[in-house]
Amino acid sequence: MSRADAAVAGEERAPSPRRSLLWSLGILRSELTTTLRRWRTLALLGVLAAVPVLIGIAVRIETGHGSSPGPDGGGGGPAFLSQVTNNGLFLVFAALAVTLPVFLPMAVGVVAGDSVAGEASAGTLRYLLVAPAGRTRLLLTKYASVLVFCLVATLVVALSALAVGALLFPLGEVTTISGTRIGFGEGLLRAGLIAVVVAASLTGFAAIGLFVSTLTGSGIAAMAATVGLLITVQIMDGIPQLSALRPYLFPHYWMSYADLLRAPVYWDEVVRNLGLQGVYAAVFGSAAWARFTTKDITA
Amino acid sequence: MTESGTAAGPAPVTEPGAVIETRGLTKRYRGGQLAVDGLDLGVPAGSVFGFLGPNGSGKTTTIRMLMGLIDPTSGTARILGHPMPGAARTVLPQVGALIEGPAPYGFLSGRDNLLRYDSADPTADPRTRRARVGQALDRVGLAAAAGKKARAYSLGMKQRLGLAAALLQPRRLLVLDEPTNGLDPQGMREIRTLVRELAADGTTVFLSSHLLDEIEQVCTHAAVMARGRLITQGPVAELAAGARGRLAVTTPDPGDAARILGGLGVTGIEVDGDRVSAEAPPGDVELADLSAALVHAGVRLRSFGVQRASLEDAFVALTGEGFDVAG
Ligand SMILES: Nc1ncnc2c1ncn2[C@@H]1O[C@H](COP(=O)(O)OP(=O)(O)OP(=O)(O)O)[C@@H](O)[C@H]1O
Ligand SMILES: [Mg+2]
Repeated sequence: MSRADAAVAGEERAPSPRRSLLWSLGILRSELTTTLRRWRTLALLGVLAAVPVLIGIAVRIETGHGSSPGPDGGGGGPAFLSQVTNNGLFLVFAALAVTLPVFLPMAVGVVAGDSVAGEASAGTLRYLLVAPAGRTRLLLTKYASVLVFCLVATLVVALSALAVGALLFPLGEVTTISGTRIGFGEGLLRAGLIAVVVAASLTGFAAIGLFVSTLTGSGIAAMAATVGLLITVQIMDGIPQLSALRPYLFPHYWMSYADLLRAPVYWDEVVRNLGLQGVYAAVFGSAAWARFTTKDITA
Repeated sequence: MTESGTAAGPAPVTEPGAVIETRGLTKRYRGGQLAVDGLDLGVPAGSVFGFLGPNGSGKTTTIRMLMGLIDPTSGTARILGHPMPGAARTVLPQVGALIEGPAPYGFLSGRDNLLRYDSADPTADPRTRRARVGQALDRVGLAAAAGKKARAYSLGMKQRLGLAAALLQPRRLLVLDEPTNGLDPQGMREIRTLVRELAADGTTVFLSSHLLDEIEQVCTHAAVMARGRLITQGPVAELAAGARGRLAVTTPDPGDAARILGGLGVTGIEVDGDRVSAEAPPGDVELADLSAALVHAGVRLRSFGVQRASLEDAFVALTGEGFDVAG
């Protein structure tokens, strides 16, 4: 009898379901501010912000010497680079083309790889779990905050590029890949859409990072493994002999965001990319969940 | 209901009001190490329960199983009447824990650490969060250092921060794994006072420790572990009474005293300067006869008596091996 009474007394403190949902968001806010306030995160974002600055200055110096920045038609160097001198907005597309293969996913790999393993090696994971954060809830929070980081990192590149582009080069109408011209306002909208699609391209890899992070108790090991995996897969995606496999590799359609600059927009590969990311997120997210909810937390 | 008492064999002694109750709790780590072996623990409500054992005897492993951090290989554990780890969401908000030392985020201030741990608890009211964090910091004496990065805390300050995290809400049970580790004597005293205060408020406190006199000072009950097995549990007074005290004689003639006591069948005689100590004789020996025999033989006595057994004596008597790590 006394035990039943005790149980009731304990449940009194539990909030109503609606309030509970609202209160649950507290952990997400805490996770986001904790991630974004870390010196390491700020350093990663700083590097990402510096890339468009370097590209912009390099292009400006090149053109200052009176020579064209590259063969017309974008045959050499990163995509869109040749158009930057005519329209600063193209620096956004060029900067994303430069950072998407390595820099952006590397930053995501560091944050995702460290998300669970870093807490485990610091010992803070056990205190979050006895708080009790709940294993599923904590994992969802971690993934959500990594996704927010994907978006923030992409926006940092895009906004830095937009600022540098506006500062160093003229802005104006945008010539699409198809050759037609669209107004600057619509160009800006497309740039925003592209940033979102690029961020979404990273979600599959983010889930892989999260999964790796649940496998080890060392934050450094998880980060190294995640980034190593990225480089391996990027190399595999460049080997023509693996053509049967390549369409299933997560970075295979990453560059398809350029299709959003066609008129009309060519959606096929963009959709295929997003679908592939969804599959990766589902598979590795489930694997991370299966691992994390049954794992012994001994650190 | 009527025929339950007929079962043979000693049933584990667990009162109905047990706050922690384990049955055959066993943990074998993946490496094959049997860390906890068939533990039947019963922690009565309202007690301050000392969990004693040498290094590596399985105390932390037990606490991790109780908190749902690791799965038992076999056996069950109930906390506040609910099964763990199944009922973790209901149980853990009512439990404050310090497990194997503190673990703050070094890059956050003490206050931000507590805010983070509190926001991880879905039953914690965000409207009172700042106030509760402030109170917890006050309670462990960290208010002045609350804005400092935890990286710059001393070990004792980190330990206090860990305790503050356990005190963010009113708790029905506190599980403290070596809470005074790294604290200065003043800090240890404060923690003991804190534990007594909490116990007076009705919180059950389960604390593991190496410091026997600490357990003796604050605990009402204790359990002793060795090599993963529970050796004994019960009220501290009974445990200490279980071990025989020691006969202590101070004399300027220690050699003669030792010889005569030995002749009277007293065992375990040790001579140290002018002090002679021995195992207390069994109950049917009249102490006055021993002292009379000594005096009669011309041994001059400064003092003569039996010292009450300490928990340490009880511990050594129970484990038989003192406080060494088992392999
Ligand atoms: N993660 C692990 N993997 C394998 N064996 C472990 C692990 N953690 C602990 N052990 C083993 O389990 C046994 C019990 O360890 P535990 O940490 O529970 O002891 P303890 O009583 O808390 O010791 P201490 O007083 O030193 O804190 C030890 O023999 C230890 O070697
Ligand atoms: Mg321990």
